[in-house]
Amino acid sequence: MKKLILGNAAVARGLYEAGCAVASSYPGTPSTEITEEAAKFPEIYCEWAPNEKVAMETAFGASLAGRRAFCAMKHVGLNVAADPLFTMSYTGVNAGLVIAVADDPAMHSSQNEQDSRHYARAAKLPMLEPSDSAEALRFTKLAYQLSEEFDTPVLLKMCTRVAHSQSVAELAERQEPEARPYTKNPPKYVMAPANAVRRHPVVEQRLLDLAAWAETADLNRVEEGGSRSLGIVTSSTCYQYVKEACGDRFPVLKLGMVWPLPERKIRDFAAGVDQLVVVEEGDPFLEGCCRGLGLDVRGKELFPLTGELSQNRIAEKLGLPVPASVKLEEELPNRPPVMCAGCPHRGLFYTLHKLGCTVLGDIGCYTLGAMPPLSAMDMTLCMGASISGLHGFNKALGREAQVKTVAVIGDSTFVHSGMTGLANAAYNQSNSTVIVVDNSITGMTGHQQNPTTGFNLRGEPAGKIDLEALCRAMGVNRVRVVDPYDLKACEAAVKEELAAEELSVIISRRPCALLKYVPRKPALKVDPDKCRGCKACMKIGCPAISMERGKARVDATQCVGCGVCGQLCGFGALGAGKEAE
Amino acid sequence: METKNIMIVGVGGQGSLLASKLLGHLLLGQGFDVKVSEVHGMSQRGGSVVTFVRYGEHVASPVIDKGQADAIVSFELLEAARWLEYLKPGGRIVANTQRMDPMPVITGAAEYPQGLTEKMQAAGAAVDPLDCLSLAERAGNVKAVNLVLLGRLSHYFDFPESAWQEAIKACVPAKFLEVNQRAFQLGKNA
Repeated sequence: MKKLILGNAAVARGLYEAGCAVASSYPGTPSTEITEEAAKFPEIYCEWAPNEKVAMETAFGASLAGRRAFCAMKHVGLNVAADPLFTMSYTGVNAGLVIAVADDPAMHSSQNEQDSRHYARAAKLPMLEPSDSAEALRFTKLAYQLSEEFDTPVLLKMCTRVAHSQSVAELAERQEPEARPYTKNPPKYVMAPANAVRRHPVVEQRLLDLAAWAETADLNRVEEGGSRSLGIVTSSTCYQYVKEACGDRFPVLKLGMVWPLPERKIRDFAAGVDQLVVVEEGDPFLEGCCRGLGLDVRGKELFPLTGELSQNRIAEKLGLPVPASVKLEEELPNRPPVMCAGCPHRGLFYTLHKLGCTVLGDIGCYTLGAMPPLSAMDMTLCMGASISGLHGFNKALGREAQVKTVAVIGDSTFVHSGMTGLANAAYNQSNSTVIVVDNSITGMTGHQQNPTTGFNLRGEPAGKIDLEALCRAMGVNRVRVVDPYDLKACEAAVKEELAAEELSVIISRRPCALLKYVPRKPALKVDPDKCRGCKACMKIGCPAISMERGKARVDATQCVGCGVCGQLCGFGALGAGKEAE
Repeated sequence: METKNIMIVGVGGQGSLLASKLLGHLLLGQGFDVKVSEVHGMSQRGGSVVTFVRYGEHVASPVIDKGQADAIVSFELLEAARWLEYLKPGGRIVANTQRMDPMPVITGAAEYPQGLTEKMQAAGAAVDPLDCLSLAERAGNVKAVNLVLLGRLSHYFDFPESAWQEAIKACVPAKFLEVNQRAFQLGKNA
């Protein structure tokens, strides 16, 4: 059956068809939908793990036990999971183990633009790179075959344009793989030095075997072209851009496996063309390998190290025509992402802005607290860095920092890798104020459950971490909960905990306004007789509030009636709307 | 045939994903190769969002580039102007005239540009402006703006009415079907 299917859904379909039994992941754009889609197949046990390292180790355990296993993450998630990854390369697998990693060139929803292909080389693991949904499905299944045939975890590299594009793929039935019973084998699975020393040569030989396989495998293919003046080496979505820009004009070496590389195939291809060009996003990875083979090649001298490529960008650099376009000679105001109307984070960030706090932030919707007019964030680095960063900041500056500096971290991020930072702060007697913004969901990636919500990936009741009890158990004596819709209470809590001369945790708790179970109140009404047009209500940066003819206007399609703006109005002009009849 | 390109632009949260899903379903049913590229994650939060829909005999790139779009379906006027450069000269813009102030306008750092429809016309775009919000309200749900727009778009593409109706049935949840069918007709007949 042919289907128009999202790249991530095609990977999930590949898992299903390959007989995958266990999937454990942490959400991260653009990888999230793989595991969400996999969870729609009852044959695959699927879960959200607290972080990528835990997810990868869970998948490894399932593979060791003899069932095909999987985990997915975004590019920066692989940094978190790098520890098990490098040593899983030594142990190899029992049943097939596939790890999907999704890069985000142009940083649509990420904090950096790192190129995951380096991990394949560094960890000495094979990496497949699909260029559309059909390949995403086919390569996922192939990855399991390779994993078992070569006794190795296999990396499946996605990128935003493959993960979040729908294209046509052919679906097939699920094939249950043959059983691979667990047998005790300490020399292979106990990576103490004496055993690891013997495993390293196995890893090196495996790479040579995989490279030999890559020479003849049809996922690395040459497509002939009209002119041999140029030959293009490419992979992933760049292959699609090349075909769009050049059609069949030049020969193309399309690589489906980007590590290890088929050296002879690349040399032969280069020998048949006048000039070799590598088209790739990110770092000069393939280009560097070509140079390593002594080939004369052009790549990053033509194409940028930053951002995404496209058909026009490629056409332009290869001297091909680029279409004319329509243009407006006027600078248009930007439309940056903003906290939604009714977002529970807004009241807290308004408070931090008002008090002039230094705010060490973290990764999540609340990173938007950095945007004007709230402008209440001084640092965002990586998952969990807010708490450990605050601890270091305060140890460096002492009392002058302690009285005005806070960490802000979401519920999911806190469990991901904020807990260890809090343990450090408690253990090393930090006088810090940590704010956990608990909106009872993993918000930015589109509402995934996590260990604090009480539900699992499939929405069934699950274990639930009691955040207050957890913080107390770590040795935090001052733990309090505040409602971020209540500006007075918020301000009092932040002031008191900053003044306290010990570690404290404020849990700013209210569920995300977009959650289906959260009731919407009627939109607020502006009383035009009372409104003086002072714009006090606009200090919170709510997208539902604007000015019209000198008076505040509330957009009823957006307003959820949270009432935070009303607390800022000194004239009582913003009142609760009436319930719909 | 040459690949055809439709862009759907708007503000995160306005419902462009349903519009692209519906178009994808429709075009696949007409026997085309189809690619649809979406935006998820951070930029969805009230930011400027764009979806690319491409169809033809064989579609390679999942994205539309500058000067390639045959039509732009716009949920918000400023967003139509923002993505204008992607339109082919003489290309069509089906535009909801709704205005949503972006944060720099709300904070007073920038002004919402005036006369955008006329300016886009003058630049060489064929703009079809429509108050889709009012029509969606008339259909029974302000969120049905996407179906009003698609109804309007159906004018400019030579697909049978039955194919549109089939795609609506396949992509819209049953309990919202009637509202969406009404919205489609209101857009179509406007």
